[in-house]
Amino acid sequence: MNVNQQPHMASPYGQPQPGYQGYPQSGYGGQQVPGGYPAQFAPYNGPASAYQPGPPQGYSPYASFPSKALAANLVSDLSSSSPLDLGVRGPPTSGAPPVSAAQAYSQFGQGEVQNGPPAMGPPPQRSPVSQPYSQGAMNLTGPQPQYNQQFGAPPTSMQQMTTQMAGMQVGSTVPSPAGPGYAPPTISQAPVSAAYTPSDPSSYAPTPTVPSQPPPAERVPQSTPSQPYYGAPAQQPFPTAAPPFSAPGPAQAPAPPLASQQSFPQGPPPSQPPFSSAPPQAPPTASYGGPLPPVQAPHPRAPPPTSQPSAFPGGPPPTSTPSQYPGPPMPQQSPVSQPSPFHSGPPPLPTTAGGFPPQGGAPPRPLHPGMQGPPLASQGPLMSQANHVAPPQPGMLPGQPTAGMAGPPPPQQPGMQGYPPQQNGAFGQVRGPQPGYAGQYPGQQNYGAAPPAQAPAPSAPKRLDPDSIPSPIQVIEDDKANKGSEPFVTGVRGQAPPLVTTNFQVKDQGNASPRFIRCTSYNMPCTSDMAKQSQVPLAAVIKPLATLPPDEIPPYIVDHGEGGPIRCNRCKAYMCPYMQFIEGGRRFQCGFCSCVTEVPPHYFQHLDHTGKRVDCCDRPELSMGSYEFMATVDYCKNNKIPQPPAFIFLIDVSYNAVKNGMVRMVCQELKTLLDYLPRENPDVQSNIRVGFVTYNKVLHFYNVKASLAQPQMMVVSDVADMFVPLLDGFLVNVSESRVVIESLLDQIPDMFADTRETETVFGPVIQAGLEALKAADCAGKLFVFHSSLPIAEAPGKLKNREDKKLVGTDKEKSLFQPQISFYANLAKECVTQGCCVDLFLFPNQYVDVATLGVVPTSTGGSVYKYTYFQAQSDQERFLNDLRKDVQKPMGFDAVMRVRTSTGIRATDFFGSFYMSNTTDVELAGLDCDKTVTVEFRHDDKLSEETGALMQCAVLYTSCTGQRRLRIHNMAVNCCAQLADLYRNCETDTIINYFAKYAYRSILNNPTKNVRDSLVNQCAQILACYRKNCASPSSAGQLILPECMKLLPVYLNCVLKSDVLHPGADVSLDDRAYLRQLVSAMDVTESHVFFYPRLLPVHKLDVESDALPVAIRDSEERLSKGGVYLLETGLNLFLWVGANAQQELLQNIFGTPAFSQIDPSMTSLPVLENPYSKRLREIIESFRMQRSRYMKLMVVKQEDKLELIFKHFLVEDKNNSGGASYVDFLCHMHKEIRQLLS
Amino acid sequence: MTTFPEFIQQNEDRDGVRFSWNVWPSSRLEATRMVVPVASLFTPLKERPDLPPIQYEPVLCSRATCRAVLNPLCQVDYRAKLWACNFCYQRNQFPPTYAGISEVNQPAELLPQFSTIEYVVQRGPQMPLNFLYVVDTCMEDEDLQALKESLQMSLSLLPPTALVGLITFGRMIQVHELGCEGISKSYVFRGTKDLNAKQLQEMLGLTKPAAAQAGRGPQQPQAPPSNRFLQPVQKIDMNLTDLLGELQRDPWPVTQGKRPLRSLGVALSIAVGLLECTFPNTGARIMTFIGGPATQGPGMVVGDELKTPIRSWHDIEKDNAKFMKKATKHYEALANRAAANGHIIDIYACALDQTGLAEMKCCTNYTGGYMVMADSFNTSLFKQTFQRVFTKDVQGSFKMAFAGTLEIKTSREIKISGAIGPCTSLNAKGPCVSENVNFGFITFLECLFFSFYLFLQHNAPIPQGGRGAIQYVTQYQHSSGQRRIRVTTIARNWADAQTQIQNIAASFDQEAAAILMARLAVYRAESEEGPDVLRWLDRQLIRLFMFHLRRSPFLQVFNNSPDESSYYRHHFMRQDLTQSLIMIQPILYAYSFSGPPEPVLLDSSSILPDRILLMDTFFQILIYHGETVSQWRKAGYQDMPEYENFRHLLQAPVDDAQEILHSRFPMPRYIDTEHGGSQARFLLSKVNPSQTHNNMYAWGQESGAPILTDDVSLQVFMDHLKKLAVSSAA
Repeated sequence: MNVNQQPHMASPYGQPQPGYQGYPQSGYGGQQVPGGYPAQFAPYNGPASAYQPGPPQGYSPYASFPSKALAANLVSDLSSSSPLDLGVRGPPTSGAPPVSAAQAYSQFGQGEVQNGPPAMGPPPQRSPVSQPYSQGAMNLTGPQPQYNQQFGAPPTSMQQMTTQMAGMQVGSTVPSPAGPGYAPPTISQAPVSAAYTPSDPSSYAPTPTVPSQPPPAERVPQSTPSQPYYGAPAQQPFPTAAPPFSAPGPAQAPAPPLASQQSFPQGPPPSQPPFSSAPPQAPPTASYGGPLPPVQAPHPRAPPPTSQPSAFPGGPPPTSTPSQYPGPPMPQQSPVSQPSPFHSGPPPLPTTAGGFPPQGGAPPRPLHPGMQGPPLASQGPLMSQANHVAPPQPGMLPGQPTAGMAGPPPPQQPGMQGYPPQQNGAFGQVRGPQPGYAGQYPGQQNYGAAPPAQAPAPSAPKRLDPDSIPSPIQVIEDDKANKGSEPFVTGVRGQAPPLVTTNFQVKDQGNASPRFIRCTSYNMPCTSDMAKQSQVPLAAVIKPLATLPPDEIPPYIVDHGEGGPIRCNRCKAYMCPYMQFIEGGRRFQCGFCSCVTEVPPHYFQHLDHTGKRVDCCDRPELSMGSYEFMATVDYCKNNKIPQPPAFIFLIDVSYNAVKNGMVRMVCQELKTLLDYLPRENPDVQSNIRVGFVTYNKVLHFYNVKASLAQPQMMVVSDVADMFVPLLDGFLVNVSESRVVIESLLDQIPDMFADTRETETVFGPVIQAGLEALKAADCAGKLFVFHSSLPIAEAPGKLKNREDKKLVGTDKEKSLFQPQISFYANLAKECVTQGCCVDLFLFPNQYVDVATLGVVPTSTGGSVYKYTYFQAQSDQERFLNDLRKDVQKPMGFDAVMRVRTSTGIRATDFFGSFYMSNTTDVELAGLDCDKTVTVEFRHDDKLSEETGALMQCAVLYTSCTGQRRLRIHNMAVNCCAQLADLYRNCETDTIINYFAKYAYRSILNNPTKNVRDSLVNQCAQILACYRKNCASPSSAGQLILPECMKLLPVYLNCVLKSDVLHPGADVSLDDRAYLRQLVSAMDVTESHVFFYPRLLPVHKLDVESDALPVAIRDSEERLSKGGVYLLETGLNLFLWVGANAQQELLQNIFGTPAFSQIDPSMTSLPVLENPYSKRLREIIESFRMQRSRYMKLMVVKQEDKLELIFKHFLVEDKNNSGGASYVDFLCHMHKEIRQLLS
Repeated sequence: MTTFPEFIQQNEDRDGVRFSWNVWPSSRLEATRMVVPVASLFTPLKERPDLPPIQYEPVLCSRATCRAVLNPLCQVDYRAKLWACNFCYQRNQFPPTYAGISEVNQPAELLPQFSTIEYVVQRGPQMPLNFLYVVDTCMEDEDLQALKESLQMSLSLLPPTALVGLITFGRMIQVHELGCEGISKSYVFRGTKDLNAKQLQEMLGLTKPAAAQAGRGPQQPQAPPSNRFLQPVQKIDMNLTDLLGELQRDPWPVTQGKRPLRSLGVALSIAVGLLECTFPNTGARIMTFIGGPATQGPGMVVGDELKTPIRSWHDIEKDNAKFMKKATKHYEALANRAAANGHIIDIYACALDQTGLAEMKCCTNYTGGYMVMADSFNTSLFKQTFQRVFTKDVQGSFKMAFAGTLEIKTSREIKISGAIGPCTSLNAKGPCVSENVNFGFITFLECLFFSFYLFLQHNAPIPQGGRGAIQYVTQYQHSSGQRRIRVTTIARNWADAQTQIQNIAASFDQEAAAILMARLAVYRAESEEGPDVLRWLDRQLIRLFMFHLRRSPFLQVFNNSPDESSYYRHHFMRQDLTQSLIMIQPILYAYSFSGPPEPVLLDSSSILPDRILLMDTFFQILIYHGETVSQWRKAGYQDMPEYENFRHLLQAPVDDAQEILHSRFPMPRYIDTEHGGSQARFLLSKVNPSQTHNNMYAWGQESGAPILTDDVSLQVFMDHLKKLAVSSAA
């Protein structure tokens, strides 16, 4: 959220309107009358803001409203937060932040957004606290806060306020519901934007006002409060924003912001009215667009509901709802029992009554009540809960309920389709809810089945409206809208970067770019107690050699001369911006360990009046987050300048490899590929030498010395005791030996064309490469192209141990462990020599990836697997992978060390590497895609003032043979409040960590335990939040932190992944392969891997560069008439609906008939029409973004292949028993409640 | 009757046999007393251009333990078509093909003049000859280039059907696959790990010939037996020439102060193993070319540190040669394996330092291979010697034979006690072999002497006037690929030592006996301490040239490296009688204006200023210009027309030397020196030091040159000997 907010802050302004419009329109517009939307939104915002204001600031007045407001707040928070965030925040933030003082804003912001609540109570507090950081805190927060305030305010005031985060929570939870909520928010934003554009707001305002009186009341209060908030937030945010953005952002933002802000504030009020109005009356609902109405509809019935939604925000609904509310709450709590829920509901109501707000979710409740009868209610509750979660949704609620409506959604969807699911959901749900619920239930039950815990849920009305639960798409789109337009400036500590799915530019001003380092939290708890309590993993995902986009400057190279880089005497940290120069510049104090070190004379420089070195800006190591040092000979192995590295290609030429065409393909490709070996200067020949080996049961080395007329083959059949038969002539310079090499590559396929040798060795192959590098005394990389299980008599011989019966048992873990220790030892040797191994597998059957992959994964290499490789269909993928792999910029013989400031320390590392001690990560090879996840633990207290610093230093040999040190510095904030922690997390990164953690755990633990512990930790995180940051809300309400509202859905994807939850058709090799693959993934890839991107390409706008908005990974989002592109990072699917328009098919496939589409095609026909062109461009651009080439599969609806495709619709329940998102959310909620009770 | 010398000469010419005694004492006791044992020197394959091979197979005695071949000494009953074996007295039927036999129609093998006769075996496939080159690549480029050229040249000398193979080695061993298109392939082995035949077979992917053949069935004509590593010359001539041309010096870096790592031991092992797997019992030569000592792996004779020199006699005596025993054992095992399969190992060692011949001598000695030692491959010594290996006889076939075995049949009264020569025992037991002797067959050799003893059986009654018979049956593979059997049957009279002592004495063959004793001495020298042997020899013999023998490099190791000793002994053990004599007592010819060339005493007194001396020590041909002559030469008189006679004088010894050089194998070292030249030491070390710095004045200055040595002169030796003889007799 923060992130979002920030972006909003920044971008909002710039984009506010557009964003709004786009958003709203798409979503809203699609849904219903645009006007209506805005109105609704407005209301939302209005209420929310109103509420918030109320609460936070003594809104006693609000208080009155508050109750409702609270509810609303909750909702709003949730919903608002998310939705708002999306839409509203953006604008507001941007607006606000810029306008007002950042600090103020930030304070608020923080408080608000997520903090919405916090803001409320805390506003002041936070502001102080946060202010400093504020920025970090966030712009996002800032923005959100505002929103929240609007929305949240109420909540805050109510419970949220207290909870501080409630809003957040709600919002987060709501998120999904938020969808709807969001929508509103969006709307709200719209309003905001409107605000910006006076006219709009006004217009909005009017509408809203008209609608319901109550709202107005609220509005008023809200508005007022909100305004203040805004004002405050705005200011704060602004400052915050300012810092980060530095001139540009702020500059822009500021001007408009101010105005806008002001307007905004104003806006809110108006909006509120609308809001309120909206709620109250059916019309509003209508106006709401699907969301509100639906929600309301359910509860109150269409009209009322609408009103209700509005009610949420506004007092009105509450009043009416109260009764309803109870119901809903009940459900939530009761999710278990429907009826009881209801009743219980009442109780909650009471609470709610007072604490209506708590229910923030409340709104949903009302819905529920309205929605469902009792059962529904129960469901509703769940829903609502979920929703509540969504409550934010509540705001959104409407959405939630809608979600519930799942069934209905479709109908709506049709209309809505274009709209964000949420909205749609909202709509559909509204009506369909009940029916839909019913349907859902079953699903839930299943869910329950899967996880026992869930069982209860099922019993209870589990139904949640999928649209009402936090939507990844919504979050992603919001982030894009809010943060995509402004450069991300890294200078401010603790600032969360945009999501990985957002395109943004980074300006390095003292911290490493998020492309190099992403943290799970940008606000670390000060003490280990807090960390333990929250259970939020503290980790950084580091990609030291990441490739930067062309518009960003690669790290500068710094040469400190013969003495080598200047370092702290004690902890050996390298010179960086955190070093404090003292005594006039004669010494510096280490930011990590506080030790004071003399500045060497040649490095001395005077300080200016602020204590900074005068040359600060001229030296990258004093002003940048990432840079490189030239290493001296002291940093080289054996104190010898390293030789340029070498690439050795080892090609399996056994029967299988020859027959499937791999050998010919590799040889053919290498001929051209050798011209593209990594180099630093494109004009110069690469220094990398190459060598060639082929093998089956024996190894064939090739002498390709330039002076030879023909290559010479040297066969080594003594595989038991591997050695390299030649030195001179084995590793050669491509340009010198080109003729001989080409001759060799021409002849290899023919030489083995008639081979009848089916057995292969593997261990000796790597040994051979290793020995060759040893003999040449250089580091390097082996490319092994291998086809089958190595069963020939030799070291490293394996046997077929594939035993599916073990799956699901306690022995399952053994399948992931290597079957012999030989390879681990070999890997160790490889690492010592700096020998990185990349393995390309072409298996026809079990090859034991778990064992074969040991060396690659320990040496920083990769495993590529092409099962049932066929030259024709897999050629493109393989060759592209190969090309990429060979050309990748990479470092050799690397050692990485992460230093941290006193108080925390890196304790655990995940990735493809080897560690011989507890601190040094040794990577024989480190390419631009390899990522290391580092976990931190406290060993002391951190201080809020200094924050937490980390420095990742990677010593490596460049492809030219230079020894270098790449330094990445990262500073994050520290917090004494849990709320701050929760406000600054990044779910994608957390998921990355969780996945790696879990995937490593299954080596030693039964899979089930691993899954359980994941769920457990996640529940603890959320429960802790709930307990400490959102406690005033009803216990039955699922409240998620804004930043983590997607945690459940993503976590569910991790749990359902093939590794942790295999289907029957998933081979052991595949699981081992994926396991190894994920362990070195960065956040971008893990994100799309776990939550695939699903694009409705039939909505492709040929005219614009923009991609259609992705939709959620669920089958029910697919339209029979559509065509969808699904990207998982490893695969691409083009799903074609059975009713797709002929014209569309004609454009894509060149045939109008669905039946004539050839499902075996691997690439789309090249057609001369803009649509086809654009689609192919998109596919290409997707492929470009991933480190591995994605093969395209065309899936026709109802086709056999569809099963595979459906496997990636991760929000649905899958064949092997993986829970659907909704079910899992219920389950999670139950877990949380258990923890809380 | 001819005289004994004539008889001996005749026998040698016809059968290649010389006996120490040509009349044998009829009792064992007497034989023992004769000091010089009854023994023969036999050249199994003495070149006999006049001997037509017979195109059928020999007729064998039907007794299983005898299997002697029908020969002129057998009694034949023409009417009954029966013949009686003269060794075991078994009566045998002639085979049906002999139906037409009669007294006037005798088969060749019954004619007395065919006491030596050669059969050509028609059965079985003609097996190709195999030549496996094992080439060291750790040498200077110049040497390697010369070697490559020699090898390429040798291809043209091989019969087109012969199979050739190539193994190169340095730090690694490469077995080259021949006849592949495009990329040349080789199998590489590390030099530190020995492999047995089975491992090798697997690693080279060789199909087991036995199994393959069994599958095909016996009657099916065998495909030309070749494999990827051994291919017919005609087929891969070009390929191999290119391959050799591309041979590079061993690419592994040699750091300063180190010897290159040379995996000779394993390379040989692989060569032996390769042939063992593919062509057992088929003629094959493993021709090993080495440029230095083995420095790693089994068979290493010295470490790679240059600071530790290779072992010397001194080290060996002190038991300080740490690699020697192991290496010797390794090579012995290899030699035995090769010999058992009828494969020959040749060693051509060209290096300035020792190369480990002392350890490897068994390889050549057991298998009948050549050992050639030179300073460099880039010398005519090596080049011409190597070329001479492929010399052809008048019929155009090689003067070499392969996979030979020699079986000896004897009359019942005689048993064989052993053999000395380039051979190994097949450990066959038979009635002809006394229990304590392990000897049966030898692998083939060309034109070489081998010797053995005869011992009378204990007190067996000998019919007066009877004759003891010995039959040598040599089977071998002719260079044409045919299998041949050469049978030599000889007989000698028995004589009662008490009554016919004169006869026996007269039949004594002084030269043969001398060589026999010398070989015996050398044989013992190989296995015993040097001084012991000398003492033994002193006790045994009292003849002139034993003086030279004592001083020869065969027994004296002083000033010789172990390698050189091995080399000299190797050749001494296998050259024929004449050559052996030369080795012991070099021949010295004098050229001067005073008369035609004349042989002179091998004495320091023969060294005169106005003479040119030509010395032939077998290993060296040395031309020594006396002081005056050399001054003349320096003054250039030979170029003046008026001193043409001087030019002739200078030319005469050179021409003679060339003649010797052309006929001798291995080619001797040719030395042209003069008075005071450093190379003159070769001469001075050989001559009898009748004048030394100790007595030169006593002898007067008018002639000869003093030798700076403490060695005793012949005069002193003889004096001493006389004393001893008398005293011992007393």
